Amino acid sequence: MGITRRRFAKGAAAIAGAGLLTGMGHAAYGQVRPKVVVIGGGAGGATTARYLAKDSKGAIDVTLIEPTKAYYTCFFSNLYLGGFRSLESIGHTYDRLASDFGVNVVHDWAVGIDRDAKTVTLAGGGSVPYDKLVVAPGIDLIYDSVPGYSLQAASLMPHAWKAGTQTALLKNKIATMREGGTFAMVAPPNPYRCPPGPYERVSMVAHLLKQSNPTAKIVVIDPKEAFSKQALFMEGWEKHYPGMVEWLPASIHGGIESVNPQTGEIVTGLDTIKADVANIIPAQKAGRIAEAAGLTNESGYCAIEPATMQSKADASIHVIGDACIAGDMPKSGFSANSQAKVAAMAIRADLTGSSKFPPRFSNTCWSLIATDDGVKVGARYEAGEEKIASVDSFISQTGEDAALRKMTYEESVGWYEGITADMFG
Amino acid sequence: MGVSGVRSGVLGIALAIAWAGSVLPAMAREELVDQGRKLFRQCQSCHQVGPKARHAVGPYLNNIFGRRAGTLEGFRYSDAMKQAGQDGLVWDEAVLAAFIADPPGTVKGTRMKFRGLKGEADQKALVAFIRQHSPGSSNIPETPPTAPVHASAGDPDLPEHILSITGDPAYGEYLSSECVTCHQASGEDKGIPSITNWPARRFVTVMHAYRSKYRENPVMRSVAASLTDEEIASLAVYFETLE
Ligand SMILES: Cc1cc2nc3c(=O)[nH]c(=O)nc-3n(C[C@H](O)[C@H](O)[C@H](O)COP(=O)(O)OP(=O)(O)OC[C@H]3O[C@@H](n4cnc5c(N)ncnc54)[C@H](O)[C@@H]3O)c2cc1C
Ligand code: HEC
Ligand code: HEC
Repeated sequence: MGITRRRFAKGAAAIAGAGLLTGMGHAAYGQVRPKVVVIGGGAGGATTARYLAKDSKGAIDVTLIEPTKAYYTCFFSNLYLGGFRSLESIGHTYDRLASDFGVNVVHDWAVGIDRDAKTVTLAGGGSVPYDKLVVAPGIDLIYDSVPGYSLQAASLMPHAWKAGTQTALLKNKIATMREGGTFAMVAPPNPYRCPPGPYERVSMVAHLLKQSNPTAKIVVIDPKEAFSKQALFMEGWEKHYPGMVEWLPASIHGGIESVNPQTGEIVTGLDTIKADVANIIPAQKAGRIAEAAGLTNESGYCAIEPATMQSKADASIHVIGDACIAGDMPKSGFSANSQAKVAAMAIRADLTGSSKFPPRFSNTCWSLIATDDGVKVGARYEAGEEKIASVDSFISQTGEDAALRKMTYEESVGWYEGITADMFG
Repeated sequence: MGVSGVRSGVLGIALAIAWAGSVLPAMAREELVDQGRKLFRQCQSCHQVGPKARHAVGPYLNNIFGRRAGTLEGFRYSDAMKQAGQDGLVWDEAVLAAFIADPPGTVKGTRMKFRGLKGEADQKALVAFIRQHSPGSSNIPETPPTAPVHASAGDPDLPEHILSITGDPAYGEYLSSECVTCHQASGEDKGIPSITNWPARRFVTVMHAYRSKYRENPVMRSVAASLTDEEIASLAVYFETLE
């Protein structure tokens, strides 16, 4: 239904543009249809585009700008490393957003935002006008936050913090590592995408090595002193992978001084660790386009109005997902999806006068420690004056029985199906 | 029928041992049933058991043992299920276990959208629990000597004034956007139960069971804690209409 209306409207706009029907009331409908442009087709952007198109039933013209044709979810990419998932099973295309919901999907990079003219410039040339803009480019990596690391070095020492070829590269390196070799991870400093992610990755790499290379070692060199779900991960590593994983906080290793992509060496204040496979996860900031448009502050991320996700710098722009400063909400796919619905509702209310309901935010992050051993942490949030604030939270407990852990893992599988259907239709 | 001879044979032996009545101490049976009660949560979105059980998305499951498939009054079965019953499919231990393990593999074309419960131990426990609600089942050969009838796995009853709140489906639709991150709007059930097409009163009862912390799942407790009675009613009317 949305599609037919949309097709009609598009047709009408084309005709009106050609000057044939100018002056006729209903033809003008096509021209005044408000335009929303969404930059980035990830957890935040794809969800926003789908909800805007679906709920406005064609009344809003939605364009999604995303360079890649297949989006590989970072969520469950660790399960791919562990051998629980195939790479194909975490890849998704934008076909249904276009065919079932009438979203204009443009496969290109947004390279500039002219906030006065309200247009987005594309790498392939041309520009797209907007009434409201949604900026959801995820993160960019600050390579030189780890001295010696760089974009080029990422082919020798993958970060795999954006899923796809980097993840496949890392998996290949682990699979071909010498017997008894060392897998070393440099974990990121706060704030970063997916707080439990590095430690779930350690679990999955351990799971893989336990079968294929049981004398291998895993070392985590962490700039932090503590991490998300620490007690649960530590317990799980002890239980499933005794003696394999060593976690070094900053107070022990004395700081990460440099890495050498050629030799695999990681130099810390205390020691030099020679890695057979190195996984370097550097510090992060909002996707570059947000910075180029002047939406970021000194933190490298974008400040927003908690109730609507509007940029503090520009009320016509909403920033969601990893790129924004979402108060107590962690940078996760679940959070981005939750914020997307709040932003879509606010935008629709502004552009079409639809009802405005109170915003609702929540997050749950599941992690897999070993086969059928899943844990979770989650919370609900409210839009406060200053920030999105946590109001209620829960976390798996240490010592839970195997049946509960299995159920938790199965929940995460259900969630993956649910959220990807919610993003891509 | 999909229940292969080998499979039901193996299962039959396992069950015969487990239920050799005097061999299995009462405590172990209780534990088995308790485990089954927990597993029944996976069925609860669609089936009821116990004294107040009624048809919901699926038929009620009281007195299922020894009954032909697809034969309860007042429930609209798929043609496939009715046909299976006419062809002689009767629910007993082995058939139930096989159906729970793989619904479409056992009754091809069934309308029951359930991914299947893996693991023989879990299947056995669930069947043991369902058997508690078939009091007449002691007449069936492989049954344990009379098992006690347990209270239903039901949730606490709610007063009428809460059950009869009229929800706003438009508000329900907005609120549902939070739910469909986990529960698929299509009704597909893979690790998280389906919540579409439930009778509204049942939906309300279940949501209150999470809010009052009678039900345990922490995610759902947290979801329910943030909802008012009116919001729950709105969600219930909205989801009731989703096929
Ligand atoms: C290993 C790992 C495991 C994770 N596990 C989980 C998990 O279990 N649960 C969970 O909830 N989260 C998890 N996450 C976090 C989750 O992946 C991110 O938080 C989420 O993807 C953020 O969504 P987003 O929309 O902000 O960004 P993204 O999903 O990264 O999407 C951004 C999109 O924008 C596009 N883009 C960037 N710049 C431009 C531009 N200039 N023009 C056009 N398009 C552009 C990119 O191509 C990309 O597709 C995990 C992350 C990692 C790395
Ligand atoms: C983070 C994931 C998640 C979200 C979000 C979520 N649920 Fe659930 N829900 C679950 C899980 C997991 C279960 C199974 C819980 C259990 O075993 O008791 C469940 C169970 C339920 C049940 C009971 C199903 C049954 O078979 O007994 C209902 C009803 C329900 N949810 C409704 C909702 C509604 C309404 C919302 C939105 C307001 C919602 N849920 C949001 C994960 C979620
Ligand atoms: C998503 C909803 C759903 C879930 C979950 C579900 N069922 Fe069903 N079930 C149905 C439907 C619908 C039917 C009717 C099938 C048909 O007509 O083909 C059915 C039929 C049945 C029947 C046949 C009943 C009869 O009268 O012949 C049995 C037995 C059964 N289910 C057991 C279970 C068990 C045990 C579980 C939990 C492991 C379960 N079901 C989970 C929906 C469900």
